[in-house]
Amino acid sequence: MLIKSKKPYQLSEAQVTDEQVYINRRQLLKSMGYIGAGSLLAKPASASPLDFWNSAEKSKFQYRKLDFKISEVSQEQLTPEAKVASHNNFYEFGLDKSDPAKNAQDFKVNPWQLSISGLVNKPLTLDYDDLFKRVPLEERIYRLRCVEAWSMVIPWVGFSLAELIKKADPKSKAKYVAFETLHDPKQMPGQRSRRIGGGIDYPYVEGLRIDEAMNPLAFLSVGLYGKTLPPQNGAPIRLVVPWKYGFKSIKSIVSIKLVDKMPPTTWNLLAPREYGFYANVNPDVAHPRWSQASERRITSGGLFARNRIPTLPFNGYGNEVAHLYKNMDLKRFY
Amino acid sequence: MLTSVKIIVHLAALLPLVWLYYGAINDTLGADPVEYVIHFTGTGALNILLLTLALSPAAKFFKKPVLIKLRRLVGLWAFTYAIFHLLNFIFFELQFDWRLLVSEIVKRPYITVGMMAFLILSLLAFTSINRIKRKMGKNWQQLHNWVYIAAIAVVIHFYWSIKSDIYQPALYALILLWLLSLRRSRIKVWLFK
Ligand code: HEM
Repeated sequence: MLIKSKKPYQLSEAQVTDEQVYINRRQLLKSMGYIGAGSLLAKPASASPLDFWNSAEKSKFQYRKLDFKISEVSQEQLTPEAKVASHNNFYEFGLDKSDPAKNAQDFKVNPWQLSISGLVNKPLTLDYDDLFKRVPLEERIYRLRCVEAWSMVIPWVGFSLAELIKKADPKSKAKYVAFETLHDPKQMPGQRSRRIGGGIDYPYVEGLRIDEAMNPLAFLSVGLYGKTLPPQNGAPIRLVVPWKYGFKSIKSIVSIKLVDKMPPTTWNLLAPREYGFYANVNPDVAHPRWSQASERRITSGGLFARNRIPTLPFNGYGNEVAHLYKNMDLKRFY
Repeated sequence: MLTSVKIIVHLAALLPLVWLYYGAINDTLGADPVEYVIHFTGTGALNILLLTLALSPAAKFFKKPVLIKLRRLVGLWAFTYAIFHLLNFIFFELQFDWRLLVSEIVKRPYITVGMMAFLILSLLAFTSINRIKRKMGKNWQQLHNWVYIAAIAVVIHFYWSIKSDIYQPALYALILLWLLSLRRSRIKVWLFK
């Protein structure tokens, strides 16, 4: 069989998709000194092969442009917006990666309430508008590494988790942070039916150690590609912890609670031997059912994209976070 | 009659593959065409394999002996889908990392079981050649009873490959059990004679 291999970065004309338009505009605007990013939004390049299945673009879910501080341009090729918004593990809306984009379009994100409670001196509740106002928004381009050995590069919009936690003034007894997704079986078919939801006990819960949560990389996202989040990506607000496997980055959060004991986490409850509390990206610790030594980077390009790349410890963010785990055996605390 | 049925079977098996690779190469099958082709050909191979097992009970039930004549043809298509499934995994998922292939076969129980099933299907396909079949005499049926083992192995392979959902593999397991129960007496003879 003849394989015509194409370097991942050589794109044919037909493959020019919205993310290139997005980057070019951004560079132009940056050079002209713009900060606000409302005008970054572009219609996808016409006749993109992705239009065919990009139902998110045609959906009735309402998006809003966001104003934010632009990040440095990433050296890595971004994952096209249409792919970021159609390849989702969000079992509340179905098990297939394409299910959430189909089933989440009626999801109501406004009104919303996010509470920061527990071991804090100033408990907070943010309503929908507060999510975009309480802390100034900025853009961060992060690699996202799924435990299933695929990865993406995504321009998120949001703010540091630490900024929000500081506003609640945590007590010194607080050692961990526990997160919880909305529980609303009426809106989330996976929470209504164990068959659709993969037999998981909802609501989805996650957790971080307090020093992990206060690390500047830990991020709360309210948008991607310059607009509010699509529901399938965890609207209106989700966590992004780029040095950990994707399942730590809990979606559609309603509660952030500071606690003194290690909180339970959903995948760890389901299969403790396969998913630990820490879940740091680690090429040396294989998942029992697949190797973690390398990954497939999802960008543009079809079947012949040569996109398998080595996986880096802490997903390449070792300089920023390795010190958090100085004296820990990461093979034991996976 | 038989010829036209055979042509229909060929087309019904071939056209989905054409559609699949056309879409996958042009990147219109969702965000991750690699996952898509692996799942499509895996599920396809299992479906066709179960169809193969359903043919002789169906022939009896509907009193259409012609269906039995399709068994080799349909079985070979199950094998063909399995070949595409394996090649997808090697070419597009592992991208020719042969070391990784070997370590995956050894270390991942679901891949080990899948490989077992694949080897059995390969043997069955090879020995379906008429000349070899005739040479094998009685042993041929002995060998081809292993199709049951292969089918069980594939359902286990499916079940182990999945992160949390058990409904789909459970449904396949039920269908397979039902097909096996239709052959109770024959399987008993084979195992305990
Ligand atoms: C030759 C060795 C084999 C290898 C290396 C292999 C590899 C794989 C891989 C990588 C997956 C996807 C797992 C995932 O996405 O997590 C898979 C799933 C599957 N395979 Fe195989 N496989 C093999 C043999 C077979 C055979 C012989 C059959 C059927 C006749 C088969 C049927 C399936 C099915 C039904 C699935 C599940 C598809 C789904 O989840 O939708 N496999 N296999």
